[in-house]
Amino acid sequence: MSLLELSGVEKSFGAVQVLHGVDLSVDAGEVIGLVGDNGAGKSTLMKTITGVYTTDKGRITFNGEDVTSRTPGERRSSGIEMIYQDLALAPQQDVANNIFLGREPTKRFLGVLPGFVDKSRIDLEAQEMVDRLGVHVPSIDIPVGMLSGGQQQTIAIARALTFKPKLVIMDEPTAALAVREVESVLNLIRQMRDEGITTILISHRLNDVFEACGRIVVLRRGNVIADLKRDETDMAEVVSYIVGAHG
Amino acid sequence: MLKLLERTHVRAESLAVLLVLVVVMAILSPVTGSGVRVFLTANNFFNIILASATFGILAIGATFVISSAGIDLSLGSVLGLASVTGAALVVTLELPWYFAIIGSLGAGAAAGAVNGFIITRGHVPAFIVTLGMLGIARGLALIISSGRGIYGLPEEILFLGQARPFGVPTPVFIMLFVALASHYVLAHTPFGHHTLALGDNENSARATGINIRRQRMLLYTISGLMAGIAGLIFTARVNTGDPTAGLNYELLAITAAIIGGTNLFGGRGSILGTMIGALIMGVLQNGLNLMAVQAYYQQMAIGAVLIAAVWLDQIRTRGRSLQ
Repeated sequence: MSLLELSGVEKSFGAVQVLHGVDLSVDAGEVIGLVGDNGAGKSTLMKTITGVYTTDKGRITFNGEDVTSRTPGERRSSGIEMIYQDLALAPQQDVANNIFLGREPTKRFLGVLPGFVDKSRIDLEAQEMVDRLGVHVPSIDIPVGMLSGGQQQTIAIARALTFKPKLVIMDEPTAALAVREVESVLNLIRQMRDEGITTILISHRLNDVFEACGRIVVLRRGNVIADLKRDETDMAEVVSYIVGAHG
Repeated sequence: MLKLLERTHVRAESLAVLLVLVVVMAILSPVTGSGVRVFLTANNFFNIILASATFGILAIGATFVISSAGIDLSLGSVLGLASVTGAALVVTLELPWYFAIIGSLGAGAAAGAVNGFIITRGHVPAFIVTLGMLGIARGLALIISSGRGIYGLPEEILFLGQARPFGVPTPVFIMLFVALASHYVLAHTPFGHHTLALGDNENSARATGINIRRQRMLLYTISGLMAGIAGLIFTARVNTGDPTAGLNYELLAITAAIIGGTNLFGGRGSILGTMIGALIMGVLQNGLNLMAVQAYYQQMAIGAVLIAAVWLDQIRTRGRSLQ
């Protein structure tokens, strides 16, 4: 059974129709590359999945439930996470606090005062998460802003994973990274797949898409115009779909 | 020691500046008949803390909003409004003594809540809203009091400003309590973590599900509440609801917060640092007073300290980002 099912999803902003009835089915554990030219509707489509945008028409089911009318918060708690291109990290806060931002575990201070953030637990669990992912950061005590772009990307992924998501959507995770850092992010995606987490990767870098994804979906002018298995296609074919030279 | 400073986000520089300032002021201070330096007497020590208590509590309010990348320019005016509101309820309307407390704290928190409401609902920049409130609160204070001080508060209220339980002035106890409670909130609760994250990167706070509107609303209300507490202490110290109380105190409060290590652009803030900042301002004022430097020059000195503190911070952060 598929984890995520979109049928006939339409979305307009005023007079401009961005999505023209998108159908898409994603199985659990799949890594899908979503490609397309600028303005093809990739980000809009992803935001209808996370619930940031409501759909005008069509249905979205996730994990067997109709989530079309659910709020972003409800969809997140049912297991949909998105990592934005700007990463949304707080640069002056340390690595551990960033990973737990928004749901800090608390205890009673001296057994009396409530609402005391359990910093030692945050540090411990953040360290475990970082170790499990094999992420290389100098220390979880340093401000996130002092890390490299690739390290920040992995921290954003680590934060998403602490929500125990079933589906992770990543917007251009490798766009601003050095070659060596791209490799470690792609490794992380493979590792997530091995743990059964489904990933949708939005990217302009076809090399990365071919390396990480088993299936490639091409969006053009708000329609899915190609849905290809990686092993049965090549870069030239994908490019021809993206630019509209194919059929 | 350094580890402790790091954990409490207190800057070693702030502490060093305070120590240097104390030494310099002690050397330059006049000497009493019995050969003791006036600056170093126990009495003078309490004078410094007592003077710092009023704007120290204001500076705590400033620390909350500034570390969330906001600003509150209305602190001094709201202090004045709180001072006359509390006094008017008890002296003019002859309500029981505790209405001075309810009135001062209530007026402060209400003014802060109005700031927060307009900032979050109207999307008007905090700079403009609180600048407007600076005028509104001061005007309101003058209207309530007809421009005159409201004298003659009951014993119970005067205790809060003038008594010395265990030999220590009451305002010092109040400031310590407020500072410790605020430190707990800012450094050790989810609310505090969210405040710093909001000041650091609003998108980050939003993406992790923090209710930004509620957070801002509470922060400005806290800031106003601090002005209310400071207003109450002011009233009690001088036995007057004074409509001109706290004039220009926002300058002192913001300066104390900034030299205490709070980042003007948000994301970093420490109540303990702010307390050191307030002491630096207190020592500076007190030392200049003892040297009989005119008040006009003191204003200039404080303004210069504020600019220098932000300038130095800019040099530091730029140096770090170049690394």
